[in-house]
Amino acid sequence: MTATQSGSNLEKVLTAGHFAFTGECGPPKGANVAHLRKKFKYLKGNVDCVNMTDNQTAVVRMSSLAGSALMKAEGLEPNFQMVCRDRNRLAMMSDILGAYALGVRNMLCLSGDHQSFGNHPEAKNVHDIDSMQLIALVKKMRDEEKFLNGEDIDVAPKMFIGAACNPFADPYEFRVHRLATKIAAGADFIQTQCIFNMDKFRDFMKQVVDKGLHERCYILAGVTPMKNAGMANFMSKYVPGMDIPASLIKRLKGVDKRDQAEEGIRFALEQIEAFKEMQGVAGVHLMAIEWEHKVPEIAERAGVLPRP
Amino acid sequence: MIVADRKSLEEILGMVADRDKILILGCKGCVTVCNVGGLKEAEILASTVKIARKKEGRPVKVEHRALERQCDNEYVAQLADSVADYDAVVSMACGVGPQFLSEMYPDQVFFPAVNTTFFGGAVQHGVWEERCAGCGACAIHLFGGLCPIARCAKSLLHGPCGGSSNGICEVHKDTACIWDAIVKKKLETGRLEDLVAIKPFKDWRTARDGGPRRSIREELVKGTI
Repeated sequence: MTATQSGSNLEKVLTAGHFAFTGECGPPKGANVAHLRKKFKYLKGNVDCVNMTDNQTAVVRMSSLAGSALMKAEGLEPNFQMVCRDRNRLAMMSDILGAYALGVRNMLCLSGDHQSFGNHPEAKNVHDIDSMQLIALVKKMRDEEKFLNGEDIDVAPKMFIGAACNPFADPYEFRVHRLATKIAAGADFIQTQCIFNMDKFRDFMKQVVDKGLHERCYILAGVTPMKNAGMANFMSKYVPGMDIPASLIKRLKGVDKRDQAEEGIRFALEQIEAFKEMQGVAGVHLMAIEWEHKVPEIAERAGVLPRP
Repeated sequence: MIVADRKSLEEILGMVADRDKILILGCKGCVTVCNVGGLKEAEILASTVKIARKKEGRPVKVEHRALERQCDNEYVAQLADSVADYDAVVSMACGVGPQFLSEMYPDQVFFPAVNTTFFGGAVQHGVWEERCAGCGACAIHLFGGLCPIARCAKSLLHGPCGGSSNGICEVHKDTACIWDAIVKKKLETGRLEDLVAIKPFKDWRTARDGGPRRSIREELVKGTI
């Protein structure tokens, strides 16, 4: 993997061969900067960079660009998420330039959840380009220093390019090929969907390694600690593309309600240990959904501190 | 109706470059009305393809026919006896036709010979214009019977943008500004105030934005009429 000159901390951590540990932070449903800064405190020093989500689950929130800039100002490294649902190619290129100008060095390219799942289902979506093309667009802007139309960029955005991968969505046979295409399009790193079915993920990673994809791109395994059996049940039933084995729900149900959060964290810690040993996995992406205050404890117990 | 334009001969020849026996399949529905993909056009395309391939020194067998409609399985089924006789079938229907064909005959390859463009009508002989965007929530009565969703380049709901000039759209010099027409009509009928009220935010769920759509007529499904 060649260096991108992005100046990204995440890239430095990965190229140095460290096991990466990234976090996530949903911006507020309002302009509540204080709330955001509070979340930053839990993440600072415990992760290599933090994903700033972009109207996640198609619910309107503070812009990921503004959230990333605020994060940068607080001394954390943002991973600026961008979805294709809400912007056409002009807005995308303009926001990419703006993000880079504000000091953002990583960005994650996503299609975005359909607006029918969010809080403005009556919205007209954009989807001018898709996530694969967004990856290629950022790469073109970075490496060729050109806009999509071929015009030169005056100071190109040198982004470390991220993409997502869900090994559990159907049809399973196609998943590894889709990942390969994202890497071919220009993804430098991949953050996977939350993993719960470890057997299936092992099988997926074997295909990734057999194809040598892990040598062309850093793959970070997605971990979400379950707060309780109810959350596991809900995700299993209502979140599309989630694969939550019955054994995990049973395990959470098997302990007293007061201890289910601890059991969820224990499972997450076991996963992180497994990922450290798993060939092709370069790190973990911890998505502690509205549970940012648990990140310091999880990082500590996972033995990933101090961060490089 | 659905309006379509035929693809260029070059593109069609490229699609069937490695095929030796082809069926050109027209549709007697919309594409016949807009003179793009009916029996006559299928016959013309068949001859053109034959001549072009002969010139290339790679002669090809080309037959042609037209189905009543390619968007109705009842008619698509009429191809059952002969569909396997060809290396490929070139459909001259709108984009719906080759999909119905592909679904019914998974072992055959169907190429689209036309580009489906819009819902429109003939404004003069040989000229068709877009009139509907299929947004699923018709509101033309609010706009003097004219559709700004389909006919304004920005789908504006509150009058012409700043780029309209002398009744012409800023995007194309040969396109009338539909908002100019709407305003004039309202002025003539003394109902300009209709346009002043702020319209509710449009619910795009009934349009393509809500995902692929489906229309169900229960009484037909149940066979009660």
